Amino acid sequence: MTALSKLAGNFSFPHRHLLTVENLTGPQITGLLDLADDAAKISREVRKKRDRLAGRTLINLFFEASTRTQSSFELAAKRLGADVINLAVSQSSVSKGETLIDTAVTLNAMRPDILVVRHHSAGAVELLSQKVDCSVINAGDGSHQHPTQALLDALTIRRNKGRIAGLTVAICGDILHSRVARSNIGLLNTMGARVRLVAPSTLLPFAAERLGCEVFTTMQEGIADADIVMMLRLQEERMNASYVPSKREYFHFFGLDQEKLRYAKPDALIMHPGPMNRGVEIHSSVADDPRSVIREQVEMGVAVRMAVLSALAQHLPNE
Amino acid sequence: MPSTPKKTLRAVPIDATVLINARLVDPETKRDEQGGLLIENGMIADLGPHLRRNAPEGAKVIDCRGHLVIPGLIDMQVFTGEPGLEHRETLASASRAAASGGVTTMICMPTTDPVIDDMALVDFVQRRARDTALVNVHTMAALTKGLKGDEMSEIGLLVGAGAIALSNGRRSVANAGVMRRALTYARDFGALVVSATEDEPLAGAGVMNEGEVSARLGLPGSPATAEVIALERDLRLAELTGGRYHAAQLSCGEALGAIAAAKARKLAVTCGVTVNHLTLNENDIGSYRTYFKLRPPLRGEADRKAMVAGIADGTVDVIVSSHDPQGTDGKRRPFAEAAYGAIGLETLLPAALRLHLNGEIDLMPLLAAMTINPARILGLPGGRLQKGAPADIVVIDMEAPFMVDKTKMHSRSRNTPFDEARMQGIVKYTMVAGKLVYPFKDDLGHA
Repeated sequence: MTALSKLAGNFSFPHRHLLTVENLTGPQITGLLDLADDAAKISREVRKKRDRLAGRTLINLFFEASTRTQSSFELAAKRLGADVINLAVSQSSVSKGETLIDTAVTLNAMRPDILVVRHHSAGAVELLSQKVDCSVINAGDGSHQHPTQALLDALTIRRNKGRIAGLTVAICGDILHSRVARSNIGLLNTMGARVRLVAPSTLLPFAAERLGCEVFTTMQEGIADADIVMMLRLQEERMNASYVPSKREYFHFFGLDQEKLRYAKPDALIMHPGPMNRGVEIHSSVADDPRSVIREQVEMGVAVRMAVLSALAQHLPNE
Repeated sequence: MPSTPKKTLRAVPIDATVLINARLVDPETKRDEQGGLLIENGMIADLGPHLRRNAPEGAKVIDCRGHLVIPGLIDMQVFTGEPGLEHRETLASASRAAASGGVTTMICMPTTDPVIDDMALVDFVQRRARDTALVNVHTMAALTKGLKGDEMSEIGLLVGAGAIALSNGRRSVANAGVMRRALTYARDFGALVVSATEDEPLAGAGVMNEGEVSARLGLPGSPATAEVIALERDLRLAELTGGRYHAAQLSCGEALGAIAAAKARKLAVTCGVTVNHLTLNENDIGSYRTYFKLRPPLRGEADRKAMVAGIADGTVDVIVSSHDPQGTDGKRRPFAEAAYGAIGLETLLPAALRLHLNGEIDLMPLLAAMTINPARILGLPGGRLQKGAPADIVVIDMEAPFMVDKTKMHSRSRNTPFDEARMQGIVKYTMVAGKLVYPFKDDLGHA
């Protein structure tokens, strides 16, 4: 047996669902990250298969298309021995008039053990979790939360910097619409990092400073002496709704290029949750810079999801 | 052979009723005293301390056991589903909810299917109400055709058919030119124009108040400024036209500043607030509770307090339930996709009384905002506990506590934000034109 199984045995995780980072304590987060470190080792072995979730069924239920997150969950579950099916609900059953709750009740009747859900509406995953018997993982609900993203970011930071507490993390870009930002703000604060938000004011939430962050509207100030520069994706449709005037102007002021990066610490990590818009929020040379850990984030995504699945497995029947 | 008449204090009609041993409270005259009240021919024939224990012989006697006797409430904003959405609410089911909640006059909104923008539909609502409703029902008619905000409706004919006021339903009239002419034209008929106040492009996709709570929940917010801008525009148009204007339901302190300034300029403007916005705030949404999804949205605590202060100082004229029945299929959805609105006819009075019992406001201005104030604005004879007024009367046990149970309500819909709330003040009797309509004569229970 591997370290993963042993650790999962000792580490007690009190939650049946993973819906938000807001109810995770520091020790719980540390426990998950320790598990994920072991999971990362498994993923680098030739024989990656384990039996922690043998006989269990996981359903990926994505109301919003996502290649990256869905395949990351699928791989994580398969490496732990679970059977996985992927349901892309997209717009089809929505246009057929089936409500979220009807979909939940239908899937629940198929007796899955774990549901991984992404939905375009904030709070939708929590609503669904109230109507099913299995464990539910929030893989992103509107602009609200994306807890496994925050965990994989924390893991990537810890592996590269050896700690999280005391680091200065600048989150840059479309904070207003970002579940990645909301999850990272909560988790990084819990772990003792100093969080900065950097964005044009049109892309900042109301009273952003009250979320436990310092707020900046220029990159030069916002990333000054930062240990981590975390870029967010800018959606194409924000241009049409007058949040920012154009890609060109956005890149000029908020795109991360080598010039702006000079303000950060020399060994600053460059992060991005993906998928990247090269030339919009990040310059190609920065994305491919040696300090960029964007690919490692993807690898740690699988590891963190293995850790979360193992932790939630404690609450499955007969466990 | 003529029978010898019995000796009586005074001859009373056969259907005369007297309420004895009552605490009479009338917001218009500020009467608050122990006494009794005599009803003859559906009207209040006499009232005062002299009737506290002395019932005229021949009159039916109701002993109020010291409970409050107040004018029946006039609810200026009630959404029903008749015609078109009867599964949510009919005039009959709404009127049962009203009667059990002490509401004796409902003003129905024109947002039905079809929209009430034609004389025949005004007539339909009036006839259906006459045949099926337990309480007085008046309907507002649409200010613009189909409530689309583009073309003025047949205001003169609609008022002639009995529409009590004109409303653009849930939405502001976006086009200021249309609003100006509608206010001007309505003025010629002495008609009141009632309007929602929301600047839609500014409210945008907002589904709750814009603030710290919406930022945390990741929900798009609608700023209070969207309400103030729409209201300020309407007030300027009311000044320009001299029309009578009523802002249907305001939700923020800034809006009250605009109303106070307009009243100081002697404009013919009034405004209302829902009991929800007086007793709840945005924090009640908690974890995406859709029964608290309202439009305008619940604001912060400072705004709630400002609205209560507005009732106390007279800036806010009217408290409404904004009774808005929605099915569970509309509410059991992710917050952003769920329907707006809450039922409220049955909880209007006890929820409002909470404010008095908490010591936030005196009883008289609170009751005035649900009785005499809407009566004056709408030109109705009720809302008064006075000789010659219609005997629309409610008897309340102010001491009695109860817990709201949505499964026991009389509305056809269950979307109350007050489920399991502890309240005080139980309606013992509701009378409309001297007839006892609650407790119900039949045994139907909830609809």
